[in-house]
Amino acid sequence: MVDLFELLIGKQGDKDYKKKPVIVQGITGKFGAFHTQQMLAYGTNIVAGVTPGKGGQKHEGVPIYETMSEAVNATGAKISIIFVPAKFFLSAAVEALESGIKLLIAIPEHVPVKDAMTIVDLAKKKDAIVVGPNTPGIIIPGIIKIGIMPAMPFKEGRIAVISRSGTLMYEVSHNLSIANFGQSVCFGIGGDPINGTPLIQAFDTIRDGANIDGIVVVGEIGGDAEEMLAQHIIDTKFDKPVVAYIAGRAAPKEKRMGHAGAIVYGNYGSAESKVSMYAKANVPVAKRPAEVPMLLAGKLEKGRIK
Amino acid sequence: MRLLEYQAKSLFAEYGVPIPKGMTSTDIVQGRKDAAALGFPFVIKAQMAVGGRGKAGAIQKCQNADEFELKYPDIMQKVVKGEKTKAILLEKMADIKKELYISLFLNRGKRCYTIIASGEGGVEIESVKNQIIREVGLGNVDAKTAEEVGKQMGLKDKPLNQFVDILQKLAKITIEKEAELAEINPLAILGDESVVALDGKVIIDDNAMFRHDELRKFQEVSELEERAEKSGFSLVELDGNIAVVGNGAGLVMSTLDMLSDNGGKPACFLDVGGGATTETVYEALTLISKMKKVKGILVNLYGGIVKTTTVATAFIKAYEDKVIDLPVFARMSGAEADKSKEMLKGSRTKMFDTIEEAINAAVIEMNKNG
Repeated sequence: MVDLFELLIGKQGDKDYKKKPVIVQGITGKFGAFHTQQMLAYGTNIVAGVTPGKGGQKHEGVPIYETMSEAVNATGAKISIIFVPAKFFLSAAVEALESGIKLLIAIPEHVPVKDAMTIVDLAKKKDAIVVGPNTPGIIIPGIIKIGIMPAMPFKEGRIAVISRSGTLMYEVSHNLSIANFGQSVCFGIGGDPINGTPLIQAFDTIRDGANIDGIVVVGEIGGDAEEMLAQHIIDTKFDKPVVAYIAGRAAPKEKRMGHAGAIVYGNYGSAESKVSMYAKANVPVAKRPAEVPMLLAGKLEKGRIK
Repeated sequence: MRLLEYQAKSLFAEYGVPIPKGMTSTDIVQGRKDAAALGFPFVIKAQMAVGGRGKAGAIQKCQNADEFELKYPDIMQKVVKGEKTKAILLEKMADIKKELYISLFLNRGKRCYTIIASGEGGVEIESVKNQIIREVGLGNVDAKTAEEVGKQMGLKDKPLNQFVDILQKLAKITIEKEAELAEINPLAILGDESVVALDGKVIIDDNAMFRHDELRKFQEVSELEERAEKSGFSLVELDGNIAVVGNGAGLVMSTLDMLSDNGGKPACFLDVGGGATTETVYEALTLISKMKKVKGILVNLYGGIVKTTTVATAFIKAYEDKVIDLPVFARMSGAEADKSKEMLKGSRTKMFDTIEEAINAAVIEMNKNG
């Protein structure tokens, strides 16, 4: 199995330790171009871009290639971030995985479920990690930012944030940062029904790989990812503090609330169901984003007394 | 997109899943013609995207023309759980011997399609104890799997063979039309041992609609929703009087929750997308100005990269252009917040440092106006 943190940071002694090369697919689009510049400004080592028809040109000094295999061959990069429109996501993602990409960050929103499932299947065969679609990406504060998140809310530290929502990831991290809880990693799993890296998998990756004092899980209505995670926390006797937030308590049933995945059918996906499962796992759920650091402080304090 | 019963059944018919004879109308003039063609007795079924129609009286038997004249208009104006009747399906009554349940749904946790079946149908599946559950990957169901499921449901002989055929066709619909759910409840065994879909619920993946022009005719969006979609926004209309706007679905949901917790009544959920520019915010205000019940606007924007001044500019322009004349309670985190506050001084937009303060002010203002 590939390891997320080895891909993102590497090992001490690697010549590209903390400078892992990244390729941007769709680098010349408005969105891709803007965020390439933002990622470069953060220090992310973007080594190549891909836009068919624009091979040989440059953007922000980054060479552009016609195809992913050319870009991978020229740079040896194992990480790619995709900015193409949803309609073209499937072919871009297949091209990346077929070219040897091991970590694929899938930004596009509105990717059909069928296409996401096809990519999940292919990634399994290729032993690759897919994050998204409909994700803001991943940031390890101070080291690497692969995504569309602003840099400002994030601070280096020892709390991990996993989120189904982009702006809520920023909001919650911002609240953590001003309470002096910096973050070791913030991982956006995406707001779609099918996630390349589901909540439980993201949780396990982080508990094993990151230096953490606690984990914050930002969820929302729809599906049963939070319920499954709560059971998983119970089953695996995870003993570090976990604090959750769930958006969408006031949302009507059977209405899609912006995210493709944020929809309640009957009790399936309801906030009540998630809150009651979290209670069984001893995970407090914040009523609002600003309450997250308070609950976390409470949990950490309790841990110390023990 | 959730299809209405008659729309789901038209897909069933196209794929060869047996359905009762029926006709759909949207007014009583056409309804009378359908009734004459179909012949009494039959069932009058309200077409609305909601469960529990039977209990609410939105499905009724009809024996003769006198009853028809009373019941058709009655069912036409039914509202069940906030959903209005969109059309009326007249359907021949079936001689039901046994009711079954069958569905294929997108199992998000397992990331595969899953069959749920039961020998007990006609009731909500959540309440059924004997559920048969089978995971089927990307949705394909072979004859062997279908037969095993049918046998577990206690079927044999002719009904079993028919069930195998129906389940495979339902799977074909799920895959080809990119459905998140395809459900038949009840699937009925009739007196003559034939098996028929008496109801149908199909939910299509909205994100796959660009590949399904043939389903566009079933799509029903309000004028406002259509306009929102064109701007790349997501809009859900609600019953209250405070419009809730923000960037990012999670953030807007979160704002809706906090507003409701504090006694406020949201009039809509409006997500303008991850970014926020002068143009998107101006367009959002224009949309809201067309909602009659709105008395105030609550804005929650997480800036980060975006300067708050670009958003403040949109408010000022909207007042100048007389697009809105409503009080706005805004929280905008991000660069140049002080400058934005200065720009908005004297306007009807009040800026707050936290969303909690903005919500409090909005709720107090709404209560003042009764």
